[in-house]
Amino acid sequence: MALITCRDAAFAYDGHTVVDGINFEVNTGDYLCIVGENGSGKSTLMKGLLGLMKPKIGSIQTGDSLKPNEIGYLPQQTSAQKDFPASCYEVVLSGRLNSRGIIPFYSRNDRQIAIANMERLGVLTLKRKSFRELSGGQQQRVLLARALCATSKMLLLDEPVSGLDPLATMDLYATIKSLSEDTGITIIMISHDIQAAVSYSSHILHLQNRQIFFGPTSDYAESNAGKRFLSGEQHPKRCCTCTGV
Amino acid sequence: MVERISFMLSFSFMQRALIVGLVVSVCASLLGVSLVLKRYAMIGTGLSHVGYAALVGATALGFAPLAVSMPVVVGAAFLLLRLNENSKIKGDSAIALISASSFAVGVIIVSQTTGLNTHVCNAMFGSILAMTRMDLMLSVGLSIAVIVMFVLFYKQIFAVTYDETFALATGTRANAYKSLIAFLTAVTVVLGMRMMGALLIASLIIFPAITAMRLCKSFLSVVIVSVIVAVFCFFVGMMISFELDWPTGASVVSVNLVLFIIFSAAQFIKNRVGVA
Repeated sequence: MALITCRDAAFAYDGHTVVDGINFEVNTGDYLCIVGENGSGKSTLMKGLLGLMKPKIGSIQTGDSLKPNEIGYLPQQTSAQKDFPASCYEVVLSGRLNSRGIIPFYSRNDRQIAIANMERLGVLTLKRKSFRELSGGQQQRVLLARALCATSKMLLLDEPVSGLDPLATMDLYATIKSLSEDTGITIIMISHDIQAAVSYSSHILHLQNRQIFFGPTSDYAESNAGKRFLSGEQHPKRCCTCTGV
Repeated sequence: MVERISFMLSFSFMQRALIVGLVVSVCASLLGVSLVLKRYAMIGTGLSHVGYAALVGATALGFAPLAVSMPVVVGAAFLLLRLNENSKIKGDSAIALISASSFAVGVIIVSQTTGLNTHVCNAMFGSILAMTRMDLMLSVGLSIAVIVMFVLFYKQIFAVTYDETFALATGTRANAYKSLIAFLTAVTVVLGMRMMGALLIASLIIFPAITAMRLCKSFLSVVIVSVIVAVFCFFVGMMISFELDWPTGASVVSVNLVLFIIFSAAQFIKNRVGVA
């Protein structure tokens, strides 16, 4: 059985349907990119995958012993976090909360996992630094380390490169790719950077308030939706922050 | 100095006021860290105004002030939290609406019943003479509860304060912890209000956290420093109030302000040195 199976799901706010007709499945080791323009329903679907929102119709099921709270999540940063006093270590360690539950304090094991993940993402030297003093790329790595503390099975990344300079963007994509290859962790990434999505992912889910493509990335370039998008016609808005212009 | 302190403590009403004030300061500063960082700082102000209305209402009707104001303020705390999340009126405006309305109700009740007497003044500006044995026991009990909860749920409070969406997505019941914080804040406000005054109690929640945030880089250090700041400011404010016969609440707030300015200056200098 697949890790996540989505069957005819539709999501609505206040009875107003945002996105519908979603059918896809994610298997262990997949690297799925969810692409589409702003307002196409990407973030709404992600809320559904995280269990923060119930589908209006249809279903989202988790399988293969994946519990809903075993999904690591890299959210978009909020403005409140920009001046939040927290050391990187505190941020990363907080990712262990779901496995610790109600028991007070973190165990030695939790601390070791936090350290190991910081090392894997090359941010161990920043351990005592304040999160707000880091560069955008460093912050994303720290938050990625936190997400890895919450899961060993599946990562959900919400526009992970938005606001990064081109170098940091390349760097982060490479890191995510190597995580996927080295650890076999399943990755679902929301992106409007279609070029990067095509060059890194194994599967593509294209939304436009409904599902217009789902399948292996190699098939996407041959599909109508893919051809249109990749040729630059009706290009999804590529903002200057992700193209670095 | 020591002589003056022991003289101050020779009065039993001063002992009570000091103990109540210190434990309420500790609670307020602990909760304040989370409230300030979650942008809920105005909740303290809102709650104290609701508390004021409840207090004068209870006095006018001849009920016990604490027994009435406690449930009313706790109810208002949950309401404010709700409004902050899913309302068409945004958080800060909602709080302003509620606090102004309840203050107006309080003022009307006062004008129609007792008039502007000492009781009313005390409710607005606070009085150390208002502390009874009952307050003492309640405050100590509350502060123990707040500190124990804060330590036990420290990691949840951090997670929910830092990134609520992540906490929710990874299976933490964020709303339960937010309600817990709101509940404890309401109780703290009610207990501290009669000493600090309805107009000034919010400062106990906001100042220590903001001051600590000038210099501290980690969450844990902010928590620890804000507790130290709160205790220091209350004690010094109390002494000034005793020596110079100034109102207690106002003295404590003034000391808090001075300390905030010192910390801000230190931050400024530190940044300049860091750049150079």
